[in-house]
Formats: sequence, C-alpha cells, structure tokens
Amino acid sequence: MGLALALVIAAFTGISVYIFWAHTWWFPPDISVHGPAMDRQFNLTLVICGIIFVLAQLGLAWFAWKYRDRGDHRKVIYSHGNNKLEATWTTAAAILFIGLNLMGYKSWADTHFTGAAPNALTIQVQGQQFYWYFRYPGPDGKFGPTHVDLVDDAAGNFYGLDRVHDLDAKDDIVTATLGIPVNRPIQLILRSKDVTHSFSVRELRIKQDTVPGMEIPIHFTATEEALKHNGGRYEIACSQLCGMGHYRMRGFVQVMTEADFEKWLQAQAASQ
Amino acid sequence: MAEAFVHEVHHHQAPAGFVRKYIFSLDHKVIGKQYYFLALFSVFTGMILSWLIRIHLVWPNAHIWGLSLLSPNGAPNGLIKPEYYLSLLTLHGTLMVFFVLTTAPQSGFGNFFLPIQIGAEDMAFPRLNMLSFWVTFAALAVLVSTFFIADGPPIAGWTSYPPLSAVGSVSGPGEGLGQTLWIISIALFCVGSLLGALNFIATTLELRTRGMSLMRMPLTCWSWFITAILGLLSFAVLLGACALLLLDRVGGSSFFVPGGLVISDKIIQHNGGSPLLWQHLFWFFGHPEVYIAILPGMGVTSHILSCFARKPIFGYKVMAYSLMAIGFLSFTVWGHHMFVSGMSPYTGFTFSIFTMAIGVPSAIKTFNWLGTIWGGRIRYTTAMLFALGFVSVFVTGGLSGLFLAQPPLDMYLHATYFVIGHFHLVMGVAAIFGMFAGTYFWFPKMFGRMMNETLGKLHFWATFIGVYCIFMPMHFLGIAGNPRRYSAFTDNFLLPLMPLHEFMTIAALLTGAAQLIFLFNLFWSMFKGEKASQNPWEATSLEWSVPSPPPFDNFDGNYPVVYHDPYEYGVADAAKDYVMQDSPEVIAASGH
Repeated sequence: MGLALALVIAAFTGISVYIFWAHTWWFPPDISVHGPAMDRQFNLTLVICGIIFVLAQLGLAWFAWKYRDRGDHRKVIYSHGNNKLEATWTTAAAILFIGLNLMGYKSWADTHFTGAAPNALTIQVQGQQFYWYFRYPGPDGKFGPTHVDLVDDAAGNFYGLDRVHDLDAKDDIVTATLGIPVNRPIQLILRSKDVTHSFSVRELRIKQDTVPGMEIPIHFTATEEALKHNGGRYEIACSQLCGMGHYRMRGFVQVMTEADFEKWLQAQAASQ
Repeated sequence: MAEAFVHEVHHHQAPAGFVRKYIFSLDHKVIGKQYYFLALFSVFTGMILSWLIRIHLVWPNAHIWGLSLLSPNGAPNGLIKPEYYLSLLTLHGTLMVFFVLTTAPQSGFGNFFLPIQIGAEDMAFPRLNMLSFWVTFAALAVLVSTFFIADGPPIAGWTSYPPLSAVGSVSGPGEGLGQTLWIISIALFCVGSLLGALNFIATTLELRTRGMSLMRMPLTCWSWFITAILGLLSFAVLLGACALLLLDRVGGSSFFVPGGLVISDKIIQHNGGSPLLWQHLFWFFGHPEVYIAILPGMGVTSHILSCFARKPIFGYKVMAYSLMAIGFLSFTVWGHHMFVSGMSPYTGFTFSIFTMAIGVPSAIKTFNWLGTIWGGRIRYTTAMLFALGFVSVFVTGGLSGLFLAQPPLDMYLHATYFVIGHFHLVMGVAAIFGMFAGTYFWFPKMFGRMMNETLGKLHFWATFIGVYCIFMPMHFLGIAGNPRRYSAFTDNFLLPLMPLHEFMTIAALLTGAAQLIFLFNLFWSMFKGEKASQNPWEATSLEWSVPSPPPFDNFDGNYPVVYHDPYEYGVADAAKDYVMQDSPEVIAASGH
C-alpha cells in the first residue's frame, strides 16, 4: 500500500512537472511593454514553487513507502519535535515567501503606482450588459458630459451624450472596437453603465474591474509584437460575472501603426 | 489512581420519545450526526450540480434526462440555458462552501467529538446547539427552494456581487425572488453558525475535565476552537452585510448601489452606494471562511497521522500555535480577492504581504506532518490514506496560492480557472479528504460498527487519482487565460482548450461515480458492518475510552481524569505501544 501511494504521488508529480516544463498549455504571446516583467516574475515563482512541490510530494511519497508497517515490530522514532528544525523552516519559509512577493513589487508599482505618461492617448471604456464601448475625446481633447436620462442603446447613444447642446461632446467618437496605435502610451478610463464587469486582455497582461460609480484609470503600451499576431486583433473578455450573457461579453482591441490608427479614427469620426 | 472516581456519579438517561431523541434532540452526538447528514445531502446535491456544469461545458447540446422536469424554463428539453448554467454554479458554490465545508468538519464532527475528547457530558448549551442545527436546516431549505420557484435560482455566484445582486430582476433572470431567498438563506446560516461558534468556545473553555489543560487537548479540539473564534468574528460581519443587501433590494436603501446606473435601458433609482463595500464585507468573512473550512481538516489529519504512524505528533505546540497564527492572519488577507477590484493598489500590495505571510504557518504544518510520519510504522487504513492524501492535495493547492497572492500575477490569473484549481484543491478537496479521513476513522465510534476497508481503499484510490485529473488541468487552463463562469467557450482562443475540458469532465463523472462506493459503504456498514470494539485503532484520546457508540451522557457520569499529552504513541516502556490520555500509567522521562 505504501509503495502504491508512493508511486501514484511520484507519477502525478512527474506528469505535472513535465506539462509545466513543456509549456503544453501556456500563456498567449505578450504584446505589452510591462508584460515581460510579469512573465519573469511568474517563471521565478514557478521555479521556486516547483522545487517545493517536488520536494514535498516526493518526501511524502518516500516516507509513505519507507516507514510503512512491515509487521516487524521495529521501534518508531519516539520524538515530540525539534525546536531548531521548527525555527529553521519557519524562518526559511518566511524569507522565501515574503521575499518572492517583494521581488514582484516593481512590476506592480510600474503599472499601478505611477500614472500614465503625459503624452498618453486617453480613451474611455464602458462596460455594459453585455458589450464594450469606447469613447475618444475627438480633436478638442475633451470628453463631453454624460446624461443618464439620454442613454438610449437602440439609438446608439450608449453613453448618454448630448451632441446638440454640449460642445465637448460634439466631436466625441464612440466605437465598438478599441483601436490603439502601437508604441504609444495608452490610458484607459474604465467605467460601467450597470453592473460590475472586468476589462481583460490576455496578451496585454491586463485585467481591471469596471465598477459602477467609479472611474478607474489603467495604462499600458502595446509593442511591435502586437502587429505580428492575429492581424493585431485581440479579444477583450469580460472577467467578472455580470449576468446571463457574461460568457459572450466580448470586445476587441485592434493594434495599428500610428498612420493606420489616424485613418481608422477619422473613419470612425465620420460615421458618428 | 483513585482520583479517577472522586467525582460523584451523575448518570443521565436519554429521552424516551422518538422526536426528542432523534429530531429535536439536545444530545450533541445526535446533533453532530444531523449536521453530518445535512452536509451529506448537500455534498451530493452540489456534486450533481458540478456534473451538470461539466457536461454543459463540453457537450452543450446534450439533452439531460429529467432536468426539464426540475426546471422547464432553465433547461427546456434538458438543454441548459446560459442563465441556468449560472444558477447551477451559484448553487454549487453556495451549497459546497456553506452547507458542506462549513458544516460537516466543524458542526458535524466537532459537535460529536469535542465534548467527548475533552471529557464533557455534552456541549455547554444543548438547547442553543439544537437551535443552531434547526436554523441551519431552515437555511438549507430556503436555498433549495430556489430550484422550485418560477424565476429559478439566483445567477450572481456564491459571492453575489452587487449591483447585479442588489437591483432585482432587471439585472437578469434569477435575480428576483431567487436572489432574495439566497440572501435570507445565508443570513439564517450566519445565525446558526454564530450560535454554534458560541457553543464551541464556551464548551472548550469551560467543560474540560480534570487534567485536560489546553495544551493537552487533541489538535482536533484546537482546530474546532480556533475555527469557532473565526466563525464568531466573521459570520457576524456577513450577517450584517446580508441585512444591508436585503435592505437595498426590498427597503429602497443604497448601501451597495451608486447613482446613475442604467440597466436594460432603465434608470436605477439608487444613489450613493458602493459596490466595493460589499466586497470588503463579504471577503472580511470570506477569507476566514476558507480557514473555517480547512482548519478542522488540519486537526483531523494531525490526529490520524499520529495514530496510524504510531508516533507522537511532531511539534505539538508548534501545531497549536500555527493554528492560532493562521486564525489571526486570516483576518488580514481578505483584500487579496480584490487586487483588480478598483481598490487602492497600495492597499492591495499590503494585503499581498500578509497573504504571503499566512503561507508560513501553513508550510510549518506541512513540515510537521512530514515529521510525524518520518520514522513511524505506518498502518495503511483508509483513514490514514485519506490523511496522507490531505497533505498531498493541500501542498499542491497551497502552492498555487503563492502565485495568486502576488498582485502582478493575479492581474493575469484573477478570475481564470487557475483560481478554481487553486481553491478547489486547497480548501475543497483537502477539506473533503479531511471529512473522509474523519468518517473512516470515527465511524466505529459514531455508529458502533466498522466500515468496510476494501471498499474504503477502492474509494480512496479512485478519489485521489480522480481529483488530480480534475483539478490539476485547471491550472493549465488558467495559464492559457480561460475565464471562469463562462457557460460556453465560443471564443477562438478557448477552442483549443476543449480537449482538456473534455478530459476533466470525464474525470469528474468517474470520480463522482466513485463516491457511490462511499455512500454504499457508509449505509451498508451502518447496519451490516462488523461490530466495533471500544478502541479499534489503538488510539489515545478520550473518545476511545468509552464504548462504541458512547452512552447518552458519554462517560456514564464518571468524568475521566487526564494524565497525558494526546499523542503518546510508540512509547518504549509502556504496556502497549501507546498510552491513553486517561491512563494513570507513568511514561518514562527519556522520551522527551
């Protein structure tokens, strides 16, 4: 029985390690400037956890086999513990776990403790059951105010803009795709029209809830890598349960060269 | 030695009537069994829901026989609609977290064995005990009733984030009456758990028999005690949160709903609330809750590893202190559920440090479990296999927590299957392994008969291999970016993952089917099992010093006196290889 348990534990430990090692199922390509630091932190954590995982599981397997009752009435090691050992592994675990966390500090600080660069392009993102809409401020660089009572999805007024009376709203561009230029810092202002959603793009290594009543800024820069895959088109998958259509709340990011982006934005403006 | 009998003998008779004996019983042993069977009903219901979830994910066009009878609207012709899928996962999560993981390890086994293990006749407040069970029963009845209402069960998940859960049926099917009933059910559950927690704390502090100092309690008692403190402090907060959410729904208040919302083209008449407030309150409960689920499993694992390795537990004091450390730290980590919620990123990073810190006492426990079996003479009973399995799945599930605890990594992994894999292994499967270990270990004491060991081992192997096949792949899905709570994978990037999903579904069906072996063994052994002796496992704690099953008042009025630590196995000069806690036999000092 001890041998069987040891073999089963060793087998799944080996299979798991192999799958992680071989990247059988792995991250999608990374298209953001901040992404590689996160991926490195993931790999570092994977190596450390992998070593602990293998040692703990194989230790368990080995003990389970070695110390099985062989019916020989041998004496057990009558021990109530060892304070030196306890102190050693407590200190080691504390240093390792908290140290690992601190090593990820910079990655988090770069994306969350500093604001977007001054030259960033600011775009509003609105989540609503079960769509994403995006608003560009237009040539004046200003977002017009929104009016709850003017919201009318059937008429295409998802934000509740008053394009007749509000000067700032006149040139606002509302789109169903998030078009962005490559290599330029982007600031997204996330908001929600109804319930909580979550803006998530795997390749950008970004996830942030859109919370009703809050405007949450996030920032990133897409790299040239973005143009090399899927024609620059990446899926925005809602990652917070938002109702019956949650699974189909998809949008797309389209990464373009600066020139293509300007053309695209003009075409969008013309169709408002 | 005569000390053992200095107490005046007060023998108490069980009530004669069926209703007072089995239904509205004041006997902690009957109440413990009532909780156990309530959890058993819930765990099989929850498991069937998970089957439906898994089947729908990989065979969305399957007509599931009989489901249209249960829900003609949610599953017409047995085809699960997207909203019904969300109902299934909401009820699966709620049943499993509250009515299984919180109920069986603590209220089930704890009720039955805490008084006996500390040498008491009953819990401190028997009437409160009865009340807490029946309030919990009412909570379950209310929850299950949502299956049978026209609008169907709620769809907001077991976390029920507002505004989705706060604004009524305008936000989706199931969010009308179903969601209201969910809140009432959870509020009732909180009341039942609070009463139970008071009882456990009072019993532990006040009813220990002579010689049973806190530091002589079996680690099971420590785990039930710490869990009760966590329950008292956390369910109180959830109860308050439920009251506020209910008021938002039916009283026109706006605790969790801000102004300016438009849902389905309707302007929502709320103003000034904060959706994040609910998340803070919910997770202030929710994270200690994770430990409420797992601490009793840790206790029973320690108890069983020591018994069947025939060795004292390694580092008893450190084990007790690490339970306290986990209990304390569990109130400082709730924000790690909210790294991407919109909470201040500085606050988030602080929470992440505490979260990494709580890994330390968990690691200590693992090292001590390994230290306990090191140099032992392991008897491979089914209970022991499940206890060893507990250590294995706890390590695996715990390690993926080190990824999720780091905000930059959580920014990618949050709300993916990585999280599902993590918490199912570390608090779901591990806790259930604790329950199985406890069942195989204590069944002789609870029912006076032995369970069948061959069937037990078959059950173990199928379950142990099965759970790894189900939950390990979830980590890979998460790394590939598969979001949780999606009722269909229509997206291009998710389609290549389907073969893995199919593998998991088949594993889930087989592993679930293997639980029928357990169910059969449980009920067959109850009536046909071999008669159990008083101490079939040659164990040391007080529950093995009374007949199987114990008499109505446990010790027949003769309160035991405790002379020894709880895990004196492998004692060199003793008459047998173990010394029971109430044995006056002297243990040679050389052992220490």
